[in-house]
Amino acid sequence: MDFATILQILDSTVRLATPLLLACLAGLFSERAGIFDIGLEGKMLAAAFFSAALAAITGNVWIGLLAGIGASVVLAIIHGLASITFRGNQLISGVAINFLAAGLTVLIAQDWFSQGGRTPSLAGDARFGPLEWPLAGALEGIPVFGPIYAELISGHTFLVYIAILAVPTSWWVLFRSRFGLRLRAVGENPGAVDTAGISVVRLRYTAVLICGLLCGLAGAYLATGLAAGFVKDMSAGRGFIALAALIFAKWRPWYALSACLLFGLLEAIGNRYQNIELIGITLPVQFMQALPYILTVVILAGFVGKAIPPRAGGEPYVKER
Amino acid sequence: MQKMPQWADVFLIPLISLLIAFVLSGLVILAIGESPIEAVRVMVTGALGSTYGWGYTLYYTTNFIFTGLAVAVAFHARMFNIGGEGQATLGGLGVALVCLAVPWPHWAIALPAAIIGAALFGALWALIPAYLQAKRGSHIVITTIMFNYIAFSLLNYMLVNVMRPQGAMDPASARFPEGTSLPTFQDMFSTADAPLFRGAPVNVTFFIAIAACFLVWWLIWRTRLGYQIRAFGHSETAAAYAGISPVRITVIAMLISGGLAGCMAINNVMGEAERLVLNSVEGAGFIGIAVALMGRSHPFGVLLAALLFGFLYQGGAELSLWSNIPRELIVVIQALVILFTGALDNLVRMPLEKLFAMTRRTPSASAERKPAE
Repeated sequence: MDFATILQILDSTVRLATPLLLACLAGLFSERAGIFDIGLEGKMLAAAFFSAALAAITGNVWIGLLAGIGASVVLAIIHGLASITFRGNQLISGVAINFLAAGLTVLIAQDWFSQGGRTPSLAGDARFGPLEWPLAGALEGIPVFGPIYAELISGHTFLVYIAILAVPTSWWVLFRSRFGLRLRAVGENPGAVDTAGISVVRLRYTAVLICGLLCGLAGAYLATGLAAGFVKDMSAGRGFIALAALIFAKWRPWYALSACLLFGLLEAIGNRYQNIELIGITLPVQFMQALPYILTVVILAGFVGKAIPPRAGGEPYVKER
Repeated sequence: MQKMPQWADVFLIPLISLLIAFVLSGLVILAIGESPIEAVRVMVTGALGSTYGWGYTLYYTTNFIFTGLAVAVAFHARMFNIGGEGQATLGGLGVALVCLAVPWPHWAIALPAAIIGAALFGALWALIPAYLQAKRGSHIVITTIMFNYIAFSLLNYMLVNVMRPQGAMDPASARFPEGTSLPTFQDMFSTADAPLFRGAPVNVTFFIAIAACFLVWWLIWRTRLGYQIRAFGHSETAAAYAGISPVRITVIAMLISGGLAGCMAINNVMGEAERLVLNSVEGAGFIGIAVALMGRSHPFGVLLAALLFGFLYQGGAELSLWSNIPRELIVVIQALVILFTGALDNLVRMPLEKLFAMTRRTPSASAERKPAE
């Protein structure tokens, strides 16, 4: 494996990790506030479709982005209604949202575009193009640093950088701001937060809305950054890998970045090589595909550092009367 | 003191929830510029208008009974087994291994062996998440989701690298031997001059599914184990205090659940495809969630709900054939049913409880009423 190949794999790692990272941070906000969300997948898928659809119709990717976020937020509000206002089962609500997105996107895509559940291919301004960093071309001649700068750091789409920036931002919001303290408290002990005179319902809705926003970015990136248009079921389980990354990261932002990069790397390697020779053993590509899930189960089992979810996660809060 | 009569809890709430889901589905059809009434007409004629349609409806129903029962049994122990998809996938692997192991002379001999294979593999796939939940506290919903994906990769590997016959291109196992071919309804009920169920895949497994409903009912309400499962589901601490081992019940309930999901493979792998292909479960494991929620985790309710979804599935297939409405409409209906009968249950329940409280405001009732949950 030469340097150029490694660089290419790392480059696609960054691109593949981006939707995972955005969805993972989305789940982080929701679950830290005590709302389990297995509907990340559905929200991403809905956002992917509406961003691609509106971008295809208007030819403007920014309108597409807004539409994607809007669709994701609508689903987030449904999840909030079910799990906060009506105190329903959050897991069941998440399952319903995944199916709702899977069905509606194809239904509407067929109605709008009649292309068998896909949107037309996006080109030009209807897609996020790569952002060239200053001097990327000029510095490319420098050995090692030049190509890294040009390939790995420069030349990604807008949303990739947003996703990376979202990590320190999330960390700061969750662990250094008053809002974050309250949000984390509401996921551990909502009764205490309520006693302090802070609205549990409002905090949880805010968390769910942030989750919707970030899932919207993730989905929009899928359809308008990573790919050029929407195809049926294009999220392809990424929402669940993001969920796995969230557990793998033990509900912490910086670890989420590492987990998503790791899972992105696995996907990048799996895309490039069919079978991998490792110390005399051939690893089939299917094993690489399953590895994020296997790792998550191992982490969940607590054999390698125990993952403990927020204590009040999944429990609807009922105010005492 | 109950807040409302039992018939309202068992029938009225699911019915109203279902009605809301259907009305919304109708609006979706209207929104994409089609006629809901015409859609219903196509679905009813397609699914119920001929023995052929019934043959497909009952075939799907059989799948959904198994996966619905699987989710229902786990619900009784207050566990959400979202891994029916993976367990049914593994069940298919079990069926294929049994069917391909020996040249079976007759289906009546192959069938029990295949049932054991399917149930065993399905149960084994549920065992690890169950064990991890019981012993290590890993959330069973997450682990079963992960196991769905692992199952798919495993099956993919088995079909591509191990079970694919020499020279074959598509990832599928060899065709099962003649002796494993299950009799279809066409074989059983057709006469020379009156062909019935022609070409439809419904087969003898349907009766096994009905038997499974009875068995689950008997298990849950008539045996000691069933009592323990329900007690555990109502209150884990009370059950533990009564000497019921949480680990044992968690593992057993999930084994039964996984076994039932695995048994679905008798129908789709052995009965219909007669070979193992990728993605043969086709989401039936997830539909089991909707079926169990609608059926209120009661085997009879599961049977009715499975019949409804069997109708929707076959009707949806006909609809996509004869109209501009894609098959995904069924996924939307399924999502709405899960949403309203599962997650938004209180949306219907709360107003209804108020209504019932108003209609019988006797002093004893209000005095005995439990404080708000």
